[in-house]
Amino acid sequence: MTAHAPERPAAGGSAPTAPAPGRAPRRRRSGAGGAALTVLTWAIGLAFVSPALWLLLTAFKQENQAATDPPTLLFQPTLDRFSAVLGADFLPYLGNSLTATVASTVLVLLLGLPAAYALSVEPVKRTQDVLFFFISTKMLPVVAVVVPIYVAAAELSVLDNVWTLVVLYTAMNLPIAVWMLRSFFLEVPVAIVEAARVEGAGLPRILWSVMLPIMAPGIAATALICMIFSWNEFFFAVNLTASQAATVPVFLTGFITSEGLFVAQLSAAAVMASLPIVVVGWIAQRQLVRGLSMGAVK
Amino acid sequence: MSAATAPARRTAAEPGGGPAGRRGARAAERADGWRRRAPLLPALVFTLAVTQLPFLATVVYSLRSWNLLRPDSQAWVGLANYAAVLTDSQFLGAALNTIAVTASCVVASMLLGIGLALLLDRRFAGRGVVRTLIITPFLILPVATALLWKHIMLEPVFGLVNFVLSPFGAGDVDWASQYPVLSVVVALVWQWTPFMMLLVLAGLQSQGGDVLEAGQVDGASRWQMFVWITLPHLRRYIELGVLLGSIYVVNTFDTIYMLTQGGPGTASSNLPFYIYQRTFLGFDIGQSAAMGVVVVAGTIIVATLALRLIFRTFMSAQEAK
Repeated sequence: MTAHAPERPAAGGSAPTAPAPGRAPRRRRSGAGGAALTVLTWAIGLAFVSPALWLLLTAFKQENQAATDPPTLLFQPTLDRFSAVLGADFLPYLGNSLTATVASTVLVLLLGLPAAYALSVEPVKRTQDVLFFFISTKMLPVVAVVVPIYVAAAELSVLDNVWTLVVLYTAMNLPIAVWMLRSFFLEVPVAIVEAARVEGAGLPRILWSVMLPIMAPGIAATALICMIFSWNEFFFAVNLTASQAATVPVFLTGFITSEGLFVAQLSAAAVMASLPIVVVGWIAQRQLVRGLSMGAVK
Repeated sequence: MSAATAPARRTAAEPGGGPAGRRGARAAERADGWRRRAPLLPALVFTLAVTQLPFLATVVYSLRSWNLLRPDSQAWVGLANYAAVLTDSQFLGAALNTIAVTASCVVASMLLGIGLALLLDRRFAGRGVVRTLIITPFLILPVATALLWKHIMLEPVFGLVNFVLSPFGAGDVDWASQYPVLSVVVALVWQWTPFMMLLVLAGLQSQGGDVLEAGQVDGASRWQMFVWITLPHLRRYIELGVLLGSIYVVNTFDTIYMLTQGGPGTASSNLPFYIYQRTFLGFDIGQSAAMGVVVVAGTIIVATLALRLIFRTFMSAQEAK
């Protein structure tokens, strides 16, 4: 679970083996009470996630087993629904989602790393105000800007263009990334940067060969958060794209209306659409907390 | 704050001296200011251009009568759009729904999140697996989550919820039509509980064991320790979860689009969905823009309070490390 930050001490205690230093060991409830609590925790956890497990199960059913009363639990699993989704032109949507996600994340890092540096290591004068501005844009409701964006995109003939989404997703994630990256920059010892400057290294050099190696886990965490938000974004995708640039969430809108047998195929599509981010999120659990709180909680 | 210490460090290195030296120092300081600012500018300019310019345009549009279906119908109409919006009962209904959905979702997912976090804040067999399972709903594509609840969980005939409730005498309830707002809230709570759980768990695990031990030595009961030691410690994390959760949930669009389409009628429309309908189905640019401005005004009022709180929380978090 800490695959991306093995050198960071597991202060949060994700390592289930030894108690973290500086923290008294939790009381272990011995015997029956502890076992009962463990069983209860497992039961509640499984119950909570059961809709997702059922979705996964349904994706391997035939359509006539997917919607039955009572629900079908035992069946011969099949991959038919997955190939049906792929046959329904899923791949272009996947390609658009990948482009929008990866390109916007790269842009966010290119813009965000120098900005975060200028707000932490060698701060500009009104650092607080700038930080305040960045986070305040997250409070601007999307509906308050979508009308001019739509009109401008139509004027510039960039409706249904995946690069329009790239620009918008970059703007959407940049404030979060600046805050996150800043919190990681603040952890880099100042002496290292000073030493590099004394030896005459410029900013690109300092960023690239001094900070980058130290910051790698933090940059990875930031990139992950940006990827999750871009991959899941729906509002701009559904309103600014049509046949050419539509992303994976837009593909799923084809399943809104209920006509005929379709629940198993819907499940297969939902599983395929979610899987990349679910796996990435599982791997990066520790970074998730820090990213979601924009660097405030470790 | 490192901002306070940095200028001192810089001026100390500057050569002092006579008037010429002082002028030189001022120029040097200006140059240094720009050197510091340069890395920030691309991100700042980009963000200003993509977020603030469109908002200014929204303000301009809101003063015009403009329907895309009648391209030559443009005219300045002053505040007429605002008058229309503020007397539009559907807009007010959507505003109330937004508040109801956001508040109930944030409170319910926070309470569930605290419960799950308390269960996970102890060592037991398979803890990592259970935590991994529990965070999964937050990682699933929200559009897929809405479909899952619409067609698999809350479906009237074959839905799992009705199946589970049937021993208790519930019939074929059509949740999405009969209880549209509740259906939306249930799907959202499922999605956001892991988020709250993660924040609260981080809070629980940052709690010093020594304090709890002292409480134990003093003979405090489990419940007393929770109320008097753990809860005050968690306060910062709970505030953060509520604030960030509200920012995201208030803008919910995908769940409503997929689950109820704002219906039946406009029963479950929130502001993002209603404005979307007016813009992209009604093509009424002027009134949609006015609604956007009204939403921003409302947000600013709430946000000035909330932002202060966030800022205090973040700054104390960074100072505390």
